[in-house]
Amino acid sequence: MDALFIIPLALPPTVVGYLLLLVLGRTDPLARALSNWGISVLFSWPATVIAATVVAFPLMYLAARGAVEQVNPSYQQAARTLGASEWRTFWRVTLPLAWPGVLAGTVLAFARALGEFGATLMIAGNIPGRTQTLPLAIFFAAEAGNMDQALAWVLITVGITAVAVTLFNTWGRRAQLPGRAARRA
Amino acid sequence: MGLRVEVRRVLPGFLLDLDFSSEAKIVGILGNSGSGKTMSLRAIAGLEPSVRGRVELNGRTLFDSARRINLPPQRRHLGFLMQDYALFPHLTVAENVAFGLGRVSAEEARARVMEQLVAVQLQGLEDRRPHQLSGGQQQRVALARALITKPEAILLDEPLSALDVHLRSQMEALLIETLSAFPGVALYVTHNLEEVYRLAEEIVILCNGKRVGAGAKEEIFRRPQTVTVARVTGCKNFSRVRRIGERQVEALEWGCALRLQESVPEGFDSVGIRAHHLTFTANAEDPNTFPCALVRSIEGPFRMTLYLKLLLAQASAAHHHLQAEITRESWESLRNRPSPWLVRLDPCRIMPLRNDGDVRDGNGGSNNSTAPSVQA
Repeated sequence: MDALFIIPLALPPTVVGYLLLLVLGRTDPLARALSNWGISVLFSWPATVIAATVVAFPLMYLAARGAVEQVNPSYQQAARTLGASEWRTFWRVTLPLAWPGVLAGTVLAFARALGEFGATLMIAGNIPGRTQTLPLAIFFAAEAGNMDQALAWVLITVGITAVAVTLFNTWGRRAQLPGRAARRA
Repeated sequence: MGLRVEVRRVLPGFLLDLDFSSEAKIVGILGNSGSGKTMSLRAIAGLEPSVRGRVELNGRTLFDSARRINLPPQRRHLGFLMQDYALFPHLTVAENVAFGLGRVSAEEARARVMEQLVAVQLQGLEDRRPHQLSGGQQQRVALARALITKPEAILLDEPLSALDVHLRSQMEALLIETLSAFPGVALYVTHNLEEVYRLAEEIVILCNGKRVGAGAKEEIFRRPQTVTVARVTGCKNFSRVRRIGERQVEALEWGCALRLQESVPEGFDSVGIRAHHLTFTANAEDPNTFPCALVRSIEGPFRMTLYLKLLLAQASAAHHHLQAEITRESWESLRNRPSPWLVRLDPCRIMPLRNDGDVRDGNGGSNNSTAPSVQA
């Protein structure tokens, strides 16, 4: 299970795209069942979401897992001796203490998803207005010699990234306070 | 009724095999570091994996590996005061204390938290975070947090060892007060023999993961029975003995003949005497009085520790020194006396002991004998 989550990180994006093509392609039973319902995933906007998710998820997963494992087990044990269920222990103790790491993972995953190119191109194509993502738009505009349009997309991308990083930074810092205290105590 | 514990855990290089049962309200577990004290508490609380055995509290079976009963920690109703307190750093003092409350109204939660905080003298600090508190305050929060769930028993893991001397006596007074008001059983773990004597009613002595002695504290300290128990309860002087007559033995390590209060019971092959029970006398005719020379002295703030060598013909074992402890006032008068001084091993202070194998080289009298250490 662990390996399954992490493999997409290690593989080249085009390989992930190819594997997704196989899974979502017309011959696959799952895709056939979906297409019977009139749903086709390939070369539609959900395909871009799938591609970005599959490629970016491992970063989020690794960071969050690391953060949860870093939580001092005596906090969880103390919670249990106080009568808290495993569920309550996770939500009230483990997750809040792991929060900075989870946030860091979110930032990484967001950045990776924003930049996703290879897998998206393979399973979603580059259909303007439907499956064209920012990196694809930049690439095809620049390739067509349309540098001004490419620059516009670049500026938009930089803007989104800047806003996201700033937001995560402020949230992260606030969430980190107890985390630092934990390390100091 | 009471607490029955039988826990066994095998680790590479360490075996925990503790069993005891007690009806007392406050049971102390006394042992050196590495003797398995914390692991025992964790096993009782259900926090230690791969434990075999049985834990029963007031007739309720919390754990029985033979019957495959193993209540999770959250259903054992035990309060656990951990050595590092383990206060939740992201919650305030009030939120920490309220953590163990089940589903109660916000109003009741507030009232009960306040009640606990008042009991540990922390009112006014409810909105602080743990890292804004001193060690002693953190400890009191942890105590309040453990007690609010009204546990059937409370486990305290070296609650005073991390505090400085001044705080320690305050906290000890608070603990004595809190534990006497606590309706359940308290299991108090420490390496400090004075502390355990003041707090507990019964004492279990733990050494290398095993119980080596147990009983009422007065009895344990007065008649330790074995060399190990005597050592853990602070006895410094040991010697193997050979019977040479009714109430007369030859102390092999000290190289002297000793008269005893009672005849040596069967199986007792050693004797011990506590450092503060050695006295200095002017009368050479007293029983068990020997000339001695001072080898070394260590000055404490209130007491002196003296290492003595007996000046006797048969004292071939020259490196076995007797350790005496006297007040500084007695030292001032003693130091001006002409040598050799006369040291007296009062017959009624000599404790007959069984050498239970803890004394590795066969003697306990050597001054630098170290307690056996095991990585836990």
